[in-house]
Amino acid sequence: MPLLEVNNLRTYFHTRNGIVRAVDGVSFSVEKGKTIGIVGESGSGKSVSCYSLLGLLPMPPGRIESGEAIFDRNTDLLSCGEKVLRTVRGKRIGMIFQDPMTSLNPYMRIADQIIEPLRLHMGMDKGSALKKAIHALDEVGIPEPDNRITMYPHEFSGGMRQRVMIAMALITNPEILIADEPTTALDVTIQKQILDLIKKRQKELGTAVIFITHDLAVISEICEDVNIMYAGRIIERASATELFANPRHAYTRSLLKSIPANQTKGEKLYTIPGLPPDTSQIIPGCAFRERNQIGDQSKCLTDSRPEFKEIEPNHWAQDCPGCLS
Amino acid sequence: MIRFIINRLLQGLLVLFALYTITFFLAKAMPGEPFTTEKNISEEAKAYQRALYGLDKSMLEQYLRYPINIVTEGSFAVSTSKGRPVRDIIAQSFPNSLILGLSALGIAICIGVPLGVISAMRKNSWVDWGSMSIAMIGICVPAFTVGPLLQIYIAAHLPGLKVAGWGSPIDIILPALTLGLTTAAYLARLTRGGMLEILSQDFIRTARAKGVPSNKLITRHALRGGLLPAIAFIGPSFAALISGSFIVETIFQVPGMGQHFVNAVIARDEFLLLGVALFFGFLIVIMNLAADILTGILDPRVRLDSNQK
Repeated sequence: MPLLEVNNLRTYFHTRNGIVRAVDGVSFSVEKGKTIGIVGESGSGKSVSCYSLLGLLPMPPGRIESGEAIFDRNTDLLSCGEKVLRTVRGKRIGMIFQDPMTSLNPYMRIADQIIEPLRLHMGMDKGSALKKAIHALDEVGIPEPDNRITMYPHEFSGGMRQRVMIAMALITNPEILIADEPTTALDVTIQKQILDLIKKRQKELGTAVIFITHDLAVISEICEDVNIMYAGRIIERASATELFANPRHAYTRSLLKSIPANQTKGEKLYTIPGLPPDTSQIIPGCAFRERNQIGDQSKCLTDSRPEFKEIEPNHWAQDCPGCLS
Repeated sequence: MIRFIINRLLQGLLVLFALYTITFFLAKAMPGEPFTTEKNISEEAKAYQRALYGLDKSMLEQYLRYPINIVTEGSFAVSTSKGRPVRDIIAQSFPNSLILGLSALGIAICIGVPLGVISAMRKNSWVDWGSMSIAMIGICVPAFTVGPLLQIYIAAHLPGLKVAGWGSPIDIILPALTLGLTTAAYLARLTRGGMLEILSQDFIRTARAKGVPSNKLITRHALRGGLLPAIAFIGPSFAALISGSFIVETIFQVPGMGQHFVNAVIARDEFLLLGVALFFGFLIVIMNLAADILTGILDPRVRLDSNQK
């Protein structure tokens, strides 16, 4: 039994311009101590999936239409209600966000922010919580932690703030860490440090990680299993080694092809033409058909959405003949 | 911090001097003079009066003498219409305005801030819609409408409350309510706006992801930043509240300072006019400074002292 099992999650936004099907039937599972990656373009629904799990979406306009997310065998995160969810959020599931510059409260000292999970969930007194917080900052590589903990976020650099976020998210030893593009807003040298830090802390604590990103290089670095998302659905899933060696779906192949390092020097860089489909319209067939250049566009399904199938052992993909050819 | 305060006070001194200059020449530009009355006063008597108040000197001499007297003698001249030192007049009427203004501000904060916070928390609900409509009405309806309405529908029916007058502490209630409601309405709108801005920030999502319950989310995480616009507004409006309102004082017969702003003009009493105008200017400078210091305390990113670090 996996630690977290998400089945058929649908999250829709009811806006003035119609219903946006941001997440449209997503299923995945997280094993204890493992790392799964969720990859996709902006707007593919990767962040919304994870926010749905923790009830962090603004509702309205967001609404979870269907699905279940069984955490630790008995708690359905989607239906357990705010009160139970609050005992999970920040205690058993931690989360770090994309932009460390805006994700920390500028009006509060680092100390007050970082001890908050301990005070809320562990009932620790201020003194011992502070001691633990200083230790946590030390573990994520912040120099002079007992001095820096009294500072405000604006006195830290971007990389340092992301370290603080990681320390804060992991301070209660959560079973799952959701990392929502934690390296996107950082420059490349800092990215590497942050990734290494997440890996190191994961190893030490045995935390499972859900890693959301649009950066395939990051995924290959950190994840064991990879889910590729497109237009609110998962279109391909395999282990990282399998996926990078043997990508099947046309979208995955296009993504890999558009990595600049994989292309011949001097030639025009490959990009996927067009834009992701508008999810407020019902897509009758294969969502990738119009942008499909690598597969056979003419064979793409037009009348029914392709099924998500195990096309090879432990390698799942949307079964659209045009995209798989 | 000390450096910042000294800097600002020096700037304030410049502002006050500019205010003095403008008020002085505007007062001089008024038609007539303090001793123009319907009674037929002989030219000799008028000349005697002018000499008594130093109004026979040249314009430049008068312009320079007033601030010099303030600095050297602490004297704000003598009111030509009341025949008493302006300082005494302000010292006597300001405490009444101060008490009234403080009560009004208290009412404004106690009504406006919670209303704004609740509206922001329940955005686009009927609570939000209702309280913001009331706030809009509060901003639009002038004091000379609210005051008489309170007199007719509340003071006339409740024992203990007087329609007008200034004697027992209970007399403060109605004028303070009249004076405070408009400020409460502004505060409600500013607080709502500030809170909505903060509640949409990423760090609020972080706090929720930590499992912070919604009441603590407001009090610990959002309120500090959300109140900043309201505080910037409270500073100068506090100065306006405690320096008295002519309308409210007239309606409720309060012996405050607000009456002097208007009566001094009517009586062409330039010394009283200068006195209350400068005093009001002084309050504005001080309250703005206080608001800035408070902002600096609430928002650690605001560094008051630009030379530091």
